[in-house]
Amino acid sequence: MSAISVRGLRKSYGPLEAVRGVDFEIEEGEVFGLLGPNGAGKTTTVEILEGYRRRDAGDVSVLGWDPQRPGREFRQRIGVVLQQAQLWPNLTVRETHAVFAGYYERPRDVDEVIDLVGLTEKRDARVKTLSGGQKRRLDLGVALVGDPDLVFLDEPTTGFDPAARRAAWEMIRSLRSLGKTVLLTTHYLDEAEQLADRVAVLREGRIVRIGTPRELTTTDAEVEIRYRRNGEEVLVRTSEPTRVLHELTAEAIGRGEELDRLEVRRPTLEEVYLALMDDGQ
Amino acid sequence: MRLYLHQLKAEQLVYWRSREAAVFTFIFPLLLFVLLGSVYSGRIYGVPASQALLAALLAYGCAMVAFAGLSITLVLRREAAILKRLRATPLPPPVYILSLLSSTILVFLAEVVVLFLLGRAVFGTPFPVRAGSLVLVVVLGAVCFAAMGVGLSGLIRSGEGSSAVVNLIVLPMAFLTGAFGPTRHYPQFLRAIGDALPLKYLVDLSNAVYLHHQSFWSQGTAIGVLAAWGAVGVGVALAKFRWEPREA
Repeated sequence: MSAISVRGLRKSYGPLEAVRGVDFEIEEGEVFGLLGPNGAGKTTTVEILEGYRRRDAGDVSVLGWDPQRPGREFRQRIGVVLQQAQLWPNLTVRETHAVFAGYYERPRDVDEVIDLVGLTEKRDARVKTLSGGQKRRLDLGVALVGDPDLVFLDEPTTGFDPAARRAAWEMIRSLRSLGKTVLLTTHYLDEAEQLADRVAVLREGRIVRIGTPRELTTTDAEVEIRYRRNGEEVLVRTSEPTRVLHELTAEAIGRGEELDRLEVRRPTLEEVYLALMDDGQ
Repeated sequence: MRLYLHQLKAEQLVYWRSREAAVFTFIFPLLLFVLLGSVYSGRIYGVPASQALLAALLAYGCAMVAFAGLSITLVLRREAAILKRLRATPLPPPVYILSLLSSTILVFLAEVVVLFLLGRAVFGTPFPVRAGSLVLVVVLGAVCFAAMGVGLSGLIRSGEGSSAVVNLIVLPMAFLTGAFGPTRHYPQFLRAIGDALPLKYLVDLSNAVYLHHQSFWSQGTAIGVLAAWGAVGVGVALAKFRWEPREA
């Protein structure tokens, strides 16, 4: 059974159509990435699934519930990390976890969770003394303390320095090993590529591409063949690289020439992504 | 019930941990009591000045803790998205609001107890003769002002401005309604404004019960006006209260 199923989802804010017909399914235990630039509709989509916003149209099922009419159990089984949310600055890390643990019927052990998010040494430190990266781990900790089956992470590493991002990635990978289903939004391509089993690329409220990071770079994406001829660079883009390459090399051998600086490469996810974003703009 | 007690404990922890808020709302009325009590002498309303001040500052303490403190807390938590985050947990919103109100009332009760102990120690003011009635005054005041505080939080847009807005309301109100001392010698129009404000009626109630040993239930007008203001607060809260920060 899918953890999340979304069909024909639409949402407008006044005249602005934020989400214009989005469909996707997320399997249990899957890490799913919603990738797109700011304003693409990622947060709106996620907040509808979390139960914060009402949709204008479409069918949504989250762990079997309609988030607009959630049962009592719904919030026991989801964990939410918001894009920007603070906590009480004067409580300690442990107290903060304990307050949230008290909201759930079957919480995880508080110290275990603090350990999991790597804040053991900061356990008795006040929240206001934590660094930005540590605060983000605290966010994750309080989202996990209820032992949810499904975790929403809205731009978990925005504004991080590279070291803090790598640390956050490690933590998110550890969620997978706990068997959690994760819905992650990001505008960082490498983040989606590193973490997600499948990625949906969102642009202007629509999904323009969906698949594994690998599929996104292979499906009908053209391969680039470059070489130099008489000192000038030649670039061939093709979806049939084997045939084109065979012809090129056969021709060159026939002429007794070398294909200078021959290079065959698949576009990176970044190039595919940028091409998608440029499309029609 | 378990969630209610859990959250009540959490709210108490949060309140007493945050020194700035605790000093501003809890200590300030006590400080004013000691300062004004040392300055005023003689008799007010036919009783020693320190007693009259205690009754007045009890009402002021209510405005500070239940109205000013609560509304600023709610605005700050809303803008920091703490309220939004709590909405994603199984804690039901009514339980959250009820715990927060109970916690506020507890703080105000503690304030009143300290006020009487301090008055006894420093100025020799007596403990209330009608203790039961005084508890009713405290609870009615806290509930009505807390309702107005929740309502006001819905009208304040930004966290940075909340403290300024709230003080702009509470300080003149306290001055006009006799919470800092009698208003008998004020110009007529200032007294007329004061008569329209809810704090006036809490001061009246506190005076009647503590200074003149009357029963709580004999003060129908004051109870009615306070309850009406409380109802206005509930109405505004229902219409304007938001759980999420304003859109950036």
